[in-house]
Amino acid sequence: MEGCCYTVEETLKIIVLVKHVPDAQFDRHLSGGDKTTDRSESILSELDEYALEAALQLIEARGGEAAGNKVIALSMGPAGAVNAVKKSLQIGATEGVHLSDDALAGSDAAATSLALAAAIRHLGADAPVDLVLTGMASTEGETSLVPAQLAERLGLPQVTFASSLELDGGKLTARRDGDSHADTVEATLPALVSVTDQINDPRYPNFKGIMAAKKKSITTLTLADIGVDPGLVGLAGSWTAVETAEARPPRTAGTIITDEGDAGIKLVEFLAAQKLL
Amino acid sequence: MAKVLVFIDTPGPALKKSSLELLTIARSLGEPAVAFNGELHDDVAAALGEYGAQALYRPSANDLDDYLVGPKASYLAAAVQSSGATIVLAENSAEGKEIAARLGIKLGAGVITDVVAVDPDGTAHKSVLAGSYMTTARATTPVAVLTVKANSITPEPATTGTAPQAATIEVPETANAASARITARNEKTASGRPELSEARIVVAGGRGVDGDFGPLEDLADALGAAIGASRAATDAGWIGHDAQIGQTGKTVSPQLYISAGISGAIQQKAGMQTAKVIVAVNKDAESPVFEIADFGIVGDLFRVLPQATEEIKKRKADR
Ligand SMILES: Cc1cc2nc3c(=O)[nH]c(=O)nc-3n(C[C@H](O)[C@H](O)[C@H](O)COP(=O)(O)OP(=O)(O)OC[C@H]3O[C@@H](n4cnc5c(N)ncnc54)[C@H](O)[C@@H]3O)c2cc1C
Ligand SMILES: Nc1ncnc2c1ncn2[C@@H]1O[C@H](COP(=O)(O)O)[C@@H](O)[C@H]1O
Repeated sequence: MEGCCYTVEETLKIIVLVKHVPDAQFDRHLSGGDKTTDRSESILSELDEYALEAALQLIEARGGEAAGNKVIALSMGPAGAVNAVKKSLQIGATEGVHLSDDALAGSDAAATSLALAAAIRHLGADAPVDLVLTGMASTEGETSLVPAQLAERLGLPQVTFASSLELDGGKLTARRDGDSHADTVEATLPALVSVTDQINDPRYPNFKGIMAAKKKSITTLTLADIGVDPGLVGLAGSWTAVETAEARPPRTAGTIITDEGDAGIKLVEFLAAQKLL
Repeated sequence: MAKVLVFIDTPGPALKKSSLELLTIARSLGEPAVAFNGELHDDVAAALGEYGAQALYRPSANDLDDYLVGPKASYLAAAVQSSGATIVLAENSAEGKEIAARLGIKLGAGVITDVVAVDPDGTAHKSVLAGSYMTTARATTPVAVLTVKANSITPEPATTGTAPQAATIEVPETANAASARITARNEKTASGRPELSEARIVVAGGRGVDGDFGPLEDLADALGAAIGASRAATDAGWIGHDAQIGQTGKTVSPQLYISAGISGAIQQKAGMQTAKVIVAVNKDAESPVFEIADFGIVGDLFRVLPQATEEIKKRKADR
């Protein structure tokens, strides 16, 4: 076999899913209207930066954009979500797509995955998509349902929670850490991969990237463009409904003591009083 | 009566506590059935009966574990169809949620994750946004798929045991197509301590432990606790990544969480602030962890923890 079957790798077309989220870290700083710059630094879900970095590394290893490879950043959300796309372009994505439609408001994971799947099919109409890359979870939703549901809808092999990723001639190899074991997972392209924050160190946009992004195109898509019936998404199309939401009283500080040589004993007394021993 | 299908995946020689919790919840909702995967040990079969399972489904294929998620969802979808279940309960692990996610698409069923309680009418209670809100949610579809957090209720055997009716579910031939294959599996060495996500007590360390988890392990063993860590500690390689608690690690809700040498960043709090009681030991009185601690000690963990361990041992010996 040796040497007989070297396959030339074709160019890669990768879609990276990027979500626009309020940044919990910055919440308390958002007071005045002029805080938009702060927010524009923090509008791309942090965990999706790892997916974007993984995509950029894959195409750079194959000659980058110059060799015909491409990374498309796709975000679904209201008008502001375009900022997640813009930031992705600054970091290095080739082109951006913003799926936006009033009917999408209130979509749960099932409805979100329906719309994203249709958008991905739409983007694959001219040339097939090789890889869909996503973050491990959206930082505010924390459900991690969308990647698995997209794989199901698109009929793609699901390689989720990858903490390493290699691509060799159309064969993907990833590492996935479970509770009691670490797995090596293999799949062939096209595939859907979600990555963890262990996989790489995402780059920051530099001046060159920010300037280059101004020339890159962002396509806006509506549900009509991707052929999705508005009744199937949004609140109306969702399969779950939140009925009540109650803010929990925030945790408050209890007793704080400073160690004076006996804090270990005081700790045990506290545990005993709480019947925790 | 509603049929409730509980998914139990390769438990090994004994059922996990979280599976017993699912069976207990299932009984409160209707007639429990189990969709099982893996080798069925005698003790496990006996426990399923004690917890009131009326039916026991097993897959026709024995290689579901060789693939990532997809084929297990196909098996479960077939089991739901055969059993006529309208509620499916699965564990809230990363894999449990993904299986639920795909099952939801296959059945056109709403999926609710991170559930902590289920009312008899199927309303699910969950906490969202890192425990800052409690919500109730319902699936609006004929079938509901719920993943339930460990430690949500106290498991209780049924008043009268059952001898579950066994049946084989044909896993569709196409189930493995377009699935990623698991080509190697490295079992992690068991610590002998309770599993982190199920533990009643967690002792967690951060950058402040400076490479030495020894004092935390001693305290954990005196308390029968599991060991957890901040990302700073796992990134430094002092402890495995599977010990990480927080936004990108595990979420735990133990009775007691002892945080040592951890500053309490928002991503860390996301994984532990629903603990019943929080104790924090930190050198720096300004650390944000003290904002959420029920009992805080401003001090050096290398002095405080060993002293506490000794005191616990002394009290146990005196008893
Ligand atoms: C995308 C993303 C995801 C993340 N996910 C997670 C996550 O899941 N979990 C997580 O924990 N973090 C996560 N983080 C990291 C998080 O932001 C913090 O950086 C991290 O939690 C800090 O860990 P630490 O508290 O151990 O370290 P530090 O913040 O450095 O705090 C160390 C503390 O130890 C104290 N200390 C030092 N020596 C002693 C001593 N001898 N005795 C007592 N106290 C001592 C210090 O006073 C200090 O407060 C994430 C970050 C990002 C960007
Ligand atoms: N509205 C969206 N637009 C783009 N990507 C999304 C959207 N929602 C979810 N995703 C992707 O799916 C991943 C997991 O999200 P979730 O299932 O919501 O936790 C995210 O990290 C994103 O990559």
